Amino acid sequence: MEMRKDMNRERAGNMDFSFSTSDPVERRTKMSARDVDVYYGGKQALNGITLDIPENRVTALIGPSGCGKSTFLRCLNRMNDTIEGCRVDGSILMDGQEVNDQEIDPVALRARVGMVFQKPNPFPKSIYENVAYGPKIHGLTLQKPALDEIVEQSLKRAGLWEEAKDRLQEPGTGLSGGQQQRLCIARAIAINPEIILMDEPCSALDPIATAKIEELIDELRQNYTIVIVTHSMQQAARVSQRTAFFLLGDLVELGETEDVFTTPQDERTQAYITGRIG
Amino acid sequence: METGHIVKGYDEDLGKLDHMIAEMGGLVETQLADAIDTLVKRDADRAMTIVKKDKQIDALESEIDAFAIKLLALRQPLAEDLRQIITALKVSSNLERIGDYAKNVAKRTVTLAKSPAMGDSSASVARMAAMVQGMIKNVLDAYIARDSDRADDVRLRDEEVDQLHSSLFRELLTYMMEDTRNISACTHLLFVAKNIERMGDHVTSIAEQVHFMVQGEIPEDDRPKGDSSAFTLVEPK
Repeated sequence: MEMRKDMNRERAGNMDFSFSTSDPVERRTKMSARDVDVYYGGKQALNGITLDIPENRVTALIGPSGCGKSTFLRCLNRMNDTIEGCRVDGSILMDGQEVNDQEIDPVALRARVGMVFQKPNPFPKSIYENVAYGPKIHGLTLQKPALDEIVEQSLKRAGLWEEAKDRLQEPGTGLSGGQQQRLCIARAIAINPEIILMDEPCSALDPIATAKIEELIDELRQNYTIVIVTHSMQQAARVSQRTAFFLLGDLVELGETEDVFTTPQDERTQAYITGRIG
Repeated sequence: METGHIVKGYDEDLGKLDHMIAEMGGLVETQLADAIDTLVKRDADRAMTIVKKDKQIDALESEIDAFAIKLLALRQPLAEDLRQIITALKVSSNLERIGDYAKNVAKRTVTLAKSPAMGDSSASVARMAAMVQGMIKNVLDAYIARDSDRADDVRLRDEEVDQLHSSLFRELLTYMMEDTRNISACTHLLFVAKNIERMGDHVTSIAEQVHFMVQGEIPEDDRPKGDSSAFTLVEPK
Protein backbone atom coordinates (compact mmCIF):
# COMPACT_ATOMS: atom_id res chain seq x y z
CA MET A 1 0.00 0.00 0.00
CA GLU A 2 2.93 2.27 0.75
CA MET A 3 4.01 1.94 -2.86
CA ARG A 4 0.51 2.82 -4.12
CA LYS A 5 0.56 6.03 -2.14
CA ASP A 6 3.92 6.90 -3.64
CA MET A 7 2.54 6.32 -7.11
CA ASN A 8 -0.48 8.47 -6.37
CA ARG A 9 1.71 11.27 -5.14
CA GLU A 10 3.73 11.08 -8.31
CA ARG A 11 0.55 11.28 -10.33
CA ALA A 12 -0.86 14.20 -8.39
CA GLY A 13 2.36 16.09 -8.99
CA ASN A 14 2.19 15.61 -12.72
CA MET A 15 -0.69 17.63 -14.08
CA ASP A 16 -0.13 16.34 -17.58
CA PHE A 17 -1.13 12.86 -16.52
CA SER A 18 -4.70 11.77 -16.77
CA PHE A 19 -6.43 8.85 -15.04
CA SER A 20 -8.55 8.40 -18.11
CA THR A 21 -7.15 6.30 -20.91
CA SER A 22 -7.96 9.03 -23.40
CA ASP A 23 -5.17 11.49 -24.06
CA PRO A 24 -5.90 14.66 -25.97
CA VAL A 25 -2.29 15.89 -25.78
CA GLU A 26 -0.31 15.84 -29.02
CA ARG A 27 2.73 13.64 -28.50
CA ARG A 28 6.07 13.57 -30.23
CA THR A 29 6.68 10.58 -32.47
CA LYS A 30 9.05 8.20 -30.70
CA MET A 31 9.26 5.51 -33.34
CA SER A 32 8.03 5.37 -36.87
CA ALA A 33 7.77 2.53 -39.32
CA ARG A 34 7.85 3.29 -43.04
CA ASP A 35 6.81 0.72 -45.65
CA VAL A 36 7.91 -2.23 -43.55
CA ASP A 37 7.72 -5.62 -45.28
CA VAL A 38 8.61 -8.79 -43.41
CA TYR A 39 9.23 -12.17 -45.04
CA TYR A 40 9.59 -15.56 -43.38
CA GLY A 41 11.47 -17.40 -46.11
CA GLY A 42 9.33 -16.90 -49.21
CA LYS A 43 6.20 -16.01 -47.29
CA GLN A 44 5.36 -12.36 -46.78
CA ALA A 45 4.06 -11.71 -43.26
CA LEU A 46 3.77 -7.91 -43.31
CA ASN A 47 2.84 -5.74 -46.29
CA GLY A 48 4.20 -2.20 -46.31
CA ILE A 49 3.37 -1.14 -42.76
CA THR A 50 3.62 2.59 -42.10
CA LEU A 51 2.87 3.54 -38.54
CA ASP A 52 3.95 6.22 -36.04
CA ILE A 53 4.30 5.46 -32.34
CA PRO A 54 3.78 8.52 -30.16
CA GLU A 55 5.90 9.08 -27.07
CA ASN A 56 4.48 8.42 -23.59
CA ARG A 57 1.38 6.81 -24.93
CA VAL A 58 0.19 3.24 -25.12
CA THR A 59 -0.28 1.95 -28.66
CA ALA A 60 -2.24 -1.29 -28.92
CA LEU A 61 -1.82 -3.66 -31.85
CA ILE A 62 -4.88 -5.84 -32.36
CA GLY A 63 -5.98 -8.40 -34.92
CA PRO A 64 -6.66 -12.10 -35.29
CA SER A 65 -3.93 -14.71 -34.87
CA GLY A 66 -1.43 -14.65 -37.70
CA CYS A 67 -2.26 -11.09 -38.74
CA GLY A 68 1.32 -9.92 -38.20
CA LYS A 69 0.94 -7.84 -35.05
CA SER A 70 3.61 -9.75 -33.07
CA THR A 71 5.86 -9.78 -36.14
CA PHE A 72 5.56 -6.02 -36.33
CA LEU A 73 6.24 -5.67 -32.59
CA ARG A 74 9.42 -7.71 -32.96
CA CYS A 75 10.61 -5.43 -35.78
CA LEU A 76 10.78 -2.57 -33.32
CA ASN A 77 13.69 -4.00 -31.36
CA ARG A 78 15.05 -6.27 -34.09
CA MET A 79 13.95 -9.44 -32.36
CA ASN A 80 13.25 -10.78 -35.85
CA ASP A 81 17.05 -10.84 -36.39
CA THR A 82 17.10 -13.94 -34.22
CA ILE A 83 14.65 -15.79 -36.47
CA GLU A 84 16.25 -17.90 -39.21
CA GLY A 85 15.07 -16.90 -42.69
CA CYS A 86 13.34 -13.73 -41.55
CA ARG A 87 13.92 -10.62 -43.65
CA VAL A 88 12.79 -7.08 -42.83
CA ASP A 89 12.58 -4.41 -45.55
CA GLY A 90 11.63 -0.79 -45.13
CA SER A 91 12.56 1.69 -42.50
CA ILE A 92 12.09 1.79 -38.74
CA LEU A 93 13.17 5.01 -37.09
CA MET A 94 13.67 5.64 -33.40
CA ASP A 95 14.08 9.34 -32.61
CA GLY A 96 14.81 9.73 -36.31
CA GLN A 97 17.57 7.11 -36.36
CA GLU A 98 17.31 3.95 -38.47
CA VAL A 99 17.29 0.93 -36.14
CA ASN A 100 18.09 -1.51 -38.95
CA ASP A 101 21.44 0.18 -39.70
CA GLN A 102 24.36 -2.23 -39.62
CA GLU A 103 26.23 -0.06 -37.10
CA ILE A 104 23.35 -0.26 -34.62
CA ASP A 105 24.13 -2.90 -32.02
CA PRO A 106 20.93 -4.92 -31.54
CA VAL A 107 21.84 -5.59 -27.92
CA ALA A 108 22.17 -1.88 -27.21
CA LEU A 109 18.92 -1.27 -29.13
CA ARG A 110 17.11 -3.84 -26.98
CA ALA A 111 18.31 -2.04 -23.87
CA ARG A 112 16.50 1.04 -25.15
CA VAL A 113 13.51 -0.96 -26.38
CA GLY A 114 12.65 -3.48 -23.68
CA MET A 115 10.28 -6.37 -24.08
CA VAL A 116 7.82 -8.32 -21.96
CA PHE A 117 6.53 -11.62 -23.29
CA GLN A 118 3.29 -13.54 -23.20
CA LYS A 119 4.46 -16.11 -20.69
CA PRO A 120 6.28 -14.74 -17.66
CA ASN A 121 9.89 -15.89 -18.09
CA PRO A 122 11.93 -14.96 -15.04
CA PHE A 123 15.52 -16.22 -14.98
CA PRO A 124 16.07 -19.19 -12.66
CA LYS A 125 17.67 -16.83 -10.20
CA SER A 126 16.62 -14.83 -7.17
CA ILE A 127 14.14 -11.97 -7.46
CA TYR A 128 17.02 -9.57 -6.78
CA GLU A 129 19.24 -11.11 -9.47
CA ASN A 130 16.43 -11.07 -12.03
CA VAL A 131 16.26 -7.30 -11.77
CA ALA A 132 19.98 -6.63 -11.17
CA TYR A 133 21.17 -8.82 -14.05
CA GLY A 134 20.38 -6.34 -16.83
CA PRO A 135 22.03 -3.30 -15.23
CA LYS A 136 25.10 -5.47 -14.50
CA ILE A 137 25.61 -6.87 -17.99
CA HIS A 138 24.81 -3.55 -19.63
CA GLY A 139 27.44 -2.04 -17.35
CA LEU A 140 25.07 0.50 -15.80
CA THR A 141 26.60 -0.18 -12.42
CA LEU A 142 28.39 -2.87 -10.47
CA GLN A 143 28.24 -1.10 -7.11
CA LYS A 144 26.08 -2.92 -4.60
CA PRO A 145 24.40 0.19 -3.14
CA ALA A 146 23.57 1.52 -6.59
CA LEU A 147 22.27 -1.88 -7.69
CA ASP A 148 20.14 -2.10 -4.54
CA GLU A 149 18.66 1.25 -5.45
CA ILE A 150 17.90 0.18 -9.04
CA VAL A 151 16.30 -3.07 -7.85
CA GLU A 152 14.13 -1.26 -5.32
CA GLN A 153 13.06 1.47 -7.76
CA SER A 154 12.34 -1.00 -10.54
CA LEU A 155 10.30 -3.26 -8.27
CA LYS A 156 8.43 -0.23 -6.97
CA ARG A 157 7.65 0.99 -10.48
CA ALA A 158 6.47 -2.48 -11.40
CA GLY A 159 4.22 -2.51 -8.34
CA LEU A 160 5.97 -5.54 -6.84
CA TRP A 161 8.12 -4.02 -4.10
CA GLU A 162 5.69 -4.49 -1.21
CA GLU A 163 5.17 -8.14 -2.08
CA ALA A 164 8.84 -8.89 -2.81
CA LYS A 165 10.94 -6.75 -0.49
CA ASP A 166 11.18 -9.39 2.24
CA ARG A 167 11.99 -12.22 -0.15
CA LEU A 168 14.47 -10.69 -2.57
CA GLN A 169 16.79 -13.68 -2.33
CA GLU A 170 14.08 -16.23 -3.07
CA PRO A 171 13.83 -17.58 -6.63
CA GLY A 172 11.78 -15.48 -9.06
CA THR A 173 10.12 -18.61 -10.30
CA GLY A 174 8.50 -19.05 -6.87
CA LEU A 175 6.26 -16.03 -7.41
CA SER A 176 2.68 -16.30 -8.71
CA GLY A 177 2.08 -15.83 -12.45
CA GLY A 178 1.00 -12.21 -12.08
CA GLN A 179 3.93 -11.44 -9.78
CA GLN A 180 6.32 -13.12 -12.21
CA GLN A 181 5.00 -10.92 -15.01
CA ARG A 182 5.49 -7.82 -12.88
CA LEU A 183 9.00 -9.11 -12.11
CA CYS A 184 9.64 -9.32 -15.86
CA ILE A 185 8.39 -5.75 -16.22
CA ALA A 186 10.72 -4.69 -13.37
CA ARG A 187 13.54 -6.49 -15.15
CA ALA A 188 12.70 -4.67 -18.38
CA ILE A 189 12.64 -1.23 -16.75
CA ALA A 190 15.78 -1.81 -14.64
CA ILE A 191 17.96 -0.96 -17.63
CA ASN A 192 16.13 2.29 -18.15
CA PRO A 193 14.55 1.67 -21.55
CA GLU A 194 12.66 4.34 -23.47
CA ILE A 195 10.15 1.99 -25.01
CA ILE A 196 8.55 -1.15 -23.61
CA LEU A 197 7.10 -3.72 -26.00
CA MET A 198 4.55 -6.09 -24.52
CA ASP A 199 3.46 -9.20 -26.37
CA GLU A 200 0.17 -10.33 -24.84
CA PRO A 201 1.47 -9.74 -21.32
CA CYS A 202 -1.74 -10.80 -19.60
CA SER A 203 -2.86 -13.78 -21.61
CA ALA A 204 -1.60 -16.23 -18.97
CA LEU A 205 -2.96 -14.25 -16.03
CA ASP A 206 -6.20 -14.25 -14.04
CA PRO A 207 -8.44 -11.14 -14.06
CA ILE A 208 -7.02 -9.68 -10.83
CA ALA A 209 -3.40 -10.06 -11.96
CA THR A 210 -4.47 -8.67 -15.35
CA ALA A 211 -6.03 -5.62 -13.71
CA LYS A 212 -2.80 -5.01 -11.78
CA ILE A 213 -0.73 -5.15 -14.96
CA GLU A 214 -3.18 -2.84 -16.75
CA GLU A 215 -3.02 -0.36 -13.88
CA LEU A 216 0.75 -0.61 -14.07
CA ILE A 217 0.77 0.04 -17.83
CA ASP A 218 -1.28 3.17 -17.26
CA GLU A 219 1.26 4.36 -14.67
CA LEU A 220 4.30 3.41 -16.74
CA ARG A 221 3.28 5.51 -19.71
CA GLN A 222 4.29 8.63 -17.77
CA ASN A 223 7.90 7.59 -18.25
CA TYR A 224 7.90 5.16 -21.13
CA THR A 225 6.43 4.68 -24.56
CA ILE A 226 4.50 1.42 -24.64
CA VAL A 227 3.44 -0.81 -27.50
CA ILE A 228 1.22 -3.72 -26.53
CA VAL A 229 -0.03 -6.64 -28.59
CA THR A 230 -3.24 -8.00 -27.16
CA HIS A 231 -5.94 -10.43 -28.14
CA SER A 232 -8.38 -8.80 -25.79
CA MET A 233 -10.27 -5.95 -27.40
CA GLN A 234 -11.44 -4.85 -23.98
CA GLN A 235 -7.84 -4.70 -22.80
CA ALA A 236 -6.81 -2.61 -25.81
CA ALA A 237 -9.75 -0.30 -25.09
CA ARG A 238 -8.86 -0.04 -21.41
CA VAL A 239 -5.12 0.56 -21.58
CA SER A 240 -4.28 2.20 -24.90
CA GLN A 241 -4.67 5.65 -26.38
CA ARG A 242 -4.00 4.54 -29.95
CA THR A 243 -5.05 1.33 -31.61
CA ALA A 244 -3.76 -0.28 -34.79
CA PHE A 245 -5.78 -3.07 -36.39
CA PHE A 246 -3.85 -5.62 -38.44
CA LEU A 247 -5.36 -8.20 -40.78
CA LEU A 248 -3.50 -10.69 -42.99
CA GLY A 249 -0.27 -8.69 -42.81
CA ASP A 250 -1.91 -5.33 -43.59
CA LEU A 251 -2.39 -2.38 -41.29
CA VAL A 252 -6.10 -1.87 -41.86
CA GLU A 253 -6.81 0.97 -39.49
CA LEU A 254 -4.93 3.19 -37.06
CA GLY A 255 -6.60 5.73 -34.85
CA GLU A 256 -7.41 7.05 -31.42
CA THR A 257 -8.58 4.09 -29.35
CA GLU A 258 -11.93 5.63 -28.47
CA ASP A 259 -12.66 6.26 -32.14
CA VAL A 260 -11.60 2.80 -33.27
CA PHE A 261 -13.85 1.11 -30.72
CA THR A 262 -16.91 3.32 -31.18
CA THR A 263 -16.77 4.36 -34.83
CA PRO A 264 -14.22 2.33 -36.80
CA GLN A 265 -13.69 3.65 -40.30
CA ASP A 266 -13.01 0.35 -42.05
CA GLU A 267 -15.68 -2.33 -42.24
CA ARG A 268 -13.08 -5.04 -41.61
CA THR A 269 -12.17 -3.38 -38.28
CA GLN A 270 -15.85 -3.20 -37.45
CA ALA A 271 -16.37 -6.86 -38.29
CA TYR A 272 -13.39 -7.90 -36.16
CA ILE A 273 -14.04 -5.86 -33.04
CA THR A 274 -17.72 -6.72 -32.98
CA GLY A 275 -16.91 -10.41 -33.20
CA ARG A 276 -18.04 -11.06 -36.77
CA ILE A 277 -14.71 -12.25 -38.11
CA GLY A 278 -11.89 -13.91 -36.23
CA MET B 1 -19.30 -7.32 -45.03
CA GLU B 2 -22.71 -7.83 -43.39
CA THR B 3 -22.07 -11.16 -41.74
CA GLY B 4 -23.42 -12.39 -38.46
CA HIS B 5 -21.50 -12.65 -35.21
CA ILE B 6 -19.39 -15.71 -34.59
CA VAL B 7 -21.48 -16.13 -31.41
CA LYS B 8 -24.97 -16.61 -32.85
CA GLY B 9 -26.73 -15.87 -29.57
CA TYR B 10 -25.40 -12.31 -29.83
CA ASP B 11 -27.15 -11.85 -33.19
CA GLU B 12 -30.34 -13.22 -31.68
CA ASP B 13 -30.08 -10.78 -28.76
CA LEU B 14 -29.54 -7.77 -31.03
CA GLY B 15 -32.39 -8.96 -33.26
CA LYS B 16 -34.62 -9.23 -30.20
CA LEU B 17 -33.71 -5.68 -29.19
CA ASP B 18 -34.71 -4.39 -32.66
CA HIS B 19 -37.92 -6.36 -32.40
CA MET B 20 -38.74 -4.81 -29.02
CA ILE B 21 -38.17 -1.29 -30.36
CA ALA B 22 -40.37 -2.04 -33.39
CA GLU B 23 -43.08 -3.42 -31.12
CA MET B 24 -42.94 -0.43 -28.80
CA GLY B 25 -42.97 1.95 -31.78
CA GLY B 26 -45.98 0.20 -33.26
CA LEU B 27 -47.81 0.49 -29.95
CA VAL B 28 -47.04 4.21 -29.68
CA GLU B 29 -48.17 4.78 -33.26
CA THR B 30 -51.49 3.07 -32.54
CA GLN B 31 -51.95 5.01 -29.29
CA LEU B 32 -51.54 8.29 -31.13
CA ALA B 33 -53.92 7.25 -33.94
CA ASP B 34 -56.53 6.06 -31.43
CA ALA B 35 -56.20 9.15 -29.25
CA ILE B 36 -56.80 11.44 -32.24
CA ASP B 37 -59.66 9.27 -33.49
CA THR B 38 -61.45 9.58 -30.16
CA LEU B 39 -60.77 13.32 -30.12
CA VAL B 40 -62.38 13.75 -33.53
CA LYS B 41 -65.30 11.45 -32.64
CA ARG B 42 -65.59 12.97 -29.13
CA ASP B 43 -65.65 9.50 -27.60
CA ALA B 44 -64.83 9.93 -23.90
CA ASP B 45 -65.26 6.26 -22.98
CA ARG B 46 -62.77 5.04 -25.53
CA ALA B 47 -60.40 7.84 -24.54
CA MET B 48 -60.30 6.38 -21.02
CA THR B 49 -59.19 2.98 -22.35
CA ILE B 50 -56.36 4.72 -24.23
CA VAL B 51 -55.22 6.41 -21.02
CA LYS B 52 -55.02 3.01 -19.33
CA LYS B 53 -53.16 1.42 -22.23
CA ASP B 54 -50.16 3.70 -21.67
CA LYS B 55 -48.99 1.33 -18.92
CA GLN B 56 -48.17 -1.25 -21.60
CA ILE B 57 -45.80 1.20 -23.26
CA ASP B 58 -44.14 2.07 -19.96
CA ALA B 59 -43.67 -1.63 -19.22
CA LEU B 60 -42.07 -2.19 -22.61
CA GLU B 61 -39.66 0.68 -22.02
CA SER B 62 -38.56 -0.89 -18.71
CA GLU B 63 -38.14 -4.22 -20.48
CA ILE B 64 -35.99 -2.65 -23.21
CA ASP B 65 -33.86 -0.82 -20.62
CA ALA B 66 -33.28 -4.00 -18.64
CA PHE B 67 -32.43 -5.98 -21.75
CA ALA B 68 -30.05 -3.30 -23.07
CA ILE B 69 -28.25 -3.14 -19.72
CA LYS B 70 -27.95 -6.91 -19.73
CA LEU B 71 -26.43 -6.81 -23.22
CA LEU B 72 -23.97 -4.11 -22.21
CA ALA B 73 -22.87 -6.16 -19.21
CA LEU B 74 -22.75 -9.58 -20.80
CA ARG B 75 -21.71 -8.91 -24.41
CA GLN B 76 -19.45 -5.90 -23.91
CA PRO B 77 -20.49 -4.51 -27.27
CA LEU B 78 -18.26 -2.35 -29.46
CA ALA B 79 -18.66 -0.16 -32.54
CA GLU B 80 -21.99 -0.60 -34.36
CA ASP B 81 -23.29 -3.05 -31.75
CA LEU B 82 -22.53 -0.56 -28.99
CA ARG B 83 -24.22 2.20 -30.97
CA GLN B 84 -27.27 0.03 -31.58
CA ILE B 85 -27.74 -0.69 -27.89
CA ILE B 86 -27.20 2.91 -26.79
CA THR B 87 -29.60 4.04 -29.51
CA ALA B 88 -32.22 1.52 -28.37
CA LEU B 89 -31.99 2.92 -24.83
CA LYS B 90 -32.53 6.48 -26.03
CA VAL B 91 -35.18 5.65 -28.61
CA SER B 92 -37.22 3.72 -26.07
CA SER B 93 -37.16 6.73 -23.79
CA ASN B 94 -38.30 9.01 -26.66
CA LEU B 95 -41.09 6.55 -27.54
CA GLU B 96 -42.18 6.45 -23.94
CA ARG B 97 -42.49 10.26 -23.91
CA ILE B 98 -44.52 10.16 -27.15
CA GLY B 99 -46.76 7.58 -25.49
CA ASP B 100 -47.21 9.93 -22.54
CA TYR B 101 -48.25 12.76 -24.82
CA ALA B 102 -50.77 10.47 -26.53
CA LYS B 103 -52.13 9.66 -23.09
CA ASN B 104 -52.42 13.36 -22.31
CA VAL B 105 -54.33 13.92 -25.54
CA ALA B 106 -56.74 11.14 -24.53
CA LYS B 107 -57.16 12.65 -21.07
CA ARG B 108 -58.08 16.04 -22.49
CA THR B 109 -60.41 14.33 -24.94
CA VAL B 110 -62.48 13.15 -21.95
CA THR B 111 -62.97 16.82 -21.01
CA LEU B 112 -63.27 18.15 -24.56
CA ALA B 113 -66.03 15.66 -25.37
CA LYS B 114 -68.21 17.60 -22.93
CA SER B 115 -67.51 20.98 -24.59
CA PRO B 116 -68.79 22.39 -27.89
CA ALA B 117 -66.70 21.70 -30.98
CA MET B 118 -64.32 24.52 -31.99
CA GLY B 119 -64.91 24.98 -35.70
CA ASP B 120 -62.81 22.52 -37.63
CA SER B 121 -59.86 22.87 -35.27
CA SER B 122 -60.00 19.19 -34.30
CA ALA B 123 -59.57 18.40 -37.99
CA SER B 124 -56.43 20.57 -37.99
CA VAL B 125 -55.21 18.71 -34.90
CA ALA B 126 -55.90 15.44 -36.67
CA ARG B 127 -53.91 16.60 -39.68
CA MET B 128 -50.97 17.48 -37.48
CA ALA B 129 -51.23 14.14 -35.69
CA ALA B 130 -51.38 12.24 -38.98
CA MET B 131 -48.17 13.96 -39.99
CA VAL B 132 -46.43 12.97 -36.74
CA GLN B 133 -47.81 9.46 -37.03
CA GLY B 134 -46.30 9.18 -40.51
CA MET B 135 -43.00 10.42 -39.14
CA ILE B 136 -43.06 7.80 -36.36
CA LYS B 137 -43.69 5.08 -38.90
CA ASN B 138 -40.93 6.29 -41.22
CA VAL B 139 -38.37 6.76 -38.47
CA LEU B 140 -39.03 3.24 -37.20
CA ASP B 141 -38.61 1.91 -40.73
CA ALA B 142 -35.34 3.85 -40.96
CA TYR B 143 -34.27 2.35 -37.62
CA ILE B 144 -34.94 -1.19 -38.69
CA ALA B 145 -33.42 -0.68 -42.17
CA ARG B 146 -30.39 1.21 -40.74
CA ASP B 147 -31.18 3.93 -43.27
CA SER B 148 -29.75 7.27 -42.14
CA ASP B 149 -30.97 9.10 -45.28
CA ARG B 150 -34.55 8.21 -44.48
CA ALA B 151 -33.98 9.27 -40.85
CA ASP B 152 -32.57 12.62 -42.03
CA ASP B 153 -35.63 13.10 -44.18
CA VAL B 154 -37.92 12.56 -41.16
CA ARG B 155 -35.85 15.02 -39.16
CA LEU B 156 -36.50 17.75 -41.72
CA ARG B 157 -40.24 17.11 -41.81
CA ASP B 158 -40.70 18.33 -38.23
CA GLU B 159 -40.73 21.88 -39.64
CA GLU B 160 -44.14 21.23 -41.20
CA VAL B 161 -45.52 20.03 -37.87
CA ASP B 162 -44.23 23.20 -36.26
CA GLN B 163 -45.88 25.35 -38.91
CA LEU B 164 -49.22 23.58 -38.44
CA HIS B 165 -48.90 24.13 -34.70
CA SER B 166 -48.32 27.85 -35.21
CA SER B 167 -51.34 28.26 -37.43
CA LEU B 168 -53.51 26.23 -35.05
CA PHE B 169 -52.31 28.45 -32.22
CA ARG B 170 -53.52 31.55 -34.07
CA GLU B 171 -56.80 29.89 -35.00
CA LEU B 172 -57.58 28.95 -31.41
CA LEU B 173 -56.65 32.39 -30.09
CA THR B 174 -59.12 33.86 -32.56
CA TYR B 175 -61.93 31.56 -31.30
CA MET B 176 -61.17 32.63 -27.76
CA MET B 177 -61.39 36.30 -28.66
CA GLU B 178 -64.66 35.78 -30.52
CA ASP B 179 -66.39 34.26 -27.54
CA THR B 180 -64.97 33.89 -24.04
CA ARG B 181 -67.08 30.74 -23.57
CA ASN B 182 -64.68 29.06 -25.95
CA ILE B 183 -61.68 29.62 -23.69
CA SER B 184 -61.94 26.37 -21.76
CA ALA B 185 -62.17 24.10 -24.82
CA CYS B 186 -59.61 26.10 -26.77
CA THR B 187 -57.09 25.92 -23.94
CA HIS B 188 -57.44 22.15 -23.85
CA LEU B 189 -57.02 22.04 -27.61
CA LEU B 190 -53.95 24.24 -27.37
CA PHE B 191 -52.42 21.72 -24.98
CA VAL B 192 -53.35 18.89 -27.31
CA ALA B 193 -51.68 20.71 -30.21
CA LYS B 194 -48.62 21.40 -28.08
CA ASN B 195 -48.47 17.72 -27.08
CA ILE B 196 -48.46 16.70 -30.72
CA GLU B 197 -45.84 19.31 -31.54
CA ARG B 198 -43.65 17.86 -28.75
CA MET B 199 -44.17 14.37 -30.16
CA GLY B 200 -42.69 15.70 -33.40
CA ASP B 201 -39.63 16.87 -31.46
CA HIS B 202 -39.18 13.41 -29.96
CA VAL B 203 -39.49 11.81 -33.40
CA THR B 204 -36.80 14.23 -34.55
CA SER B 205 -34.61 13.11 -31.69
CA ILE B 206 -35.17 9.46 -32.69
CA ALA B 207 -34.19 10.38 -36.26
CA GLU B 208 -30.95 11.88 -34.96
CA GLN B 209 -30.27 8.74 -32.93
CA VAL B 210 -30.82 6.58 -35.99
CA HIS B 211 -28.36 8.77 -37.89
CA PHE B 212 -25.87 8.26 -35.04
CA MET B 213 -26.44 4.51 -34.96
CA VAL B 214 -25.70 4.22 -38.68
CA GLN B 215 -23.06 6.92 -39.20
CA GLY B 216 -21.43 7.12 -35.76
CA GLU B 217 -22.13 10.83 -35.36
CA ILE B 218 -25.05 13.07 -34.49
CA PRO B 219 -26.09 15.35 -37.41
CA GLU B 220 -24.52 18.70 -36.66
CA ASP B 221 -26.43 21.09 -38.89
CA ASP B 222 -29.32 23.01 -37.38
CA ARG B 223 -32.58 21.64 -38.62
CA PRO B 224 -35.15 24.17 -39.89
CA LYS B 225 -37.77 25.08 -37.29
CA GLY B 226 -41.23 26.31 -38.17
CA ASP B 227 -42.89 27.01 -34.82
CA SER B 228 -43.52 30.74 -34.47
CA SER B 229 -46.21 30.39 -31.79
CA ALA B 230 -43.84 31.76 -29.14
CA PHE B 231 -43.86 35.09 -31.02
CA THR B 232 -47.53 35.14 -31.93
CA LEU B 233 -49.65 38.04 -30.72
CA VAL B 234 -53.24 38.31 -31.92
CA GLU B 235 -54.72 41.75 -31.17
CA PRO B 236 -58.51 42.18 -30.65
CA LYS B 237 -60.15 43.94 -33.61
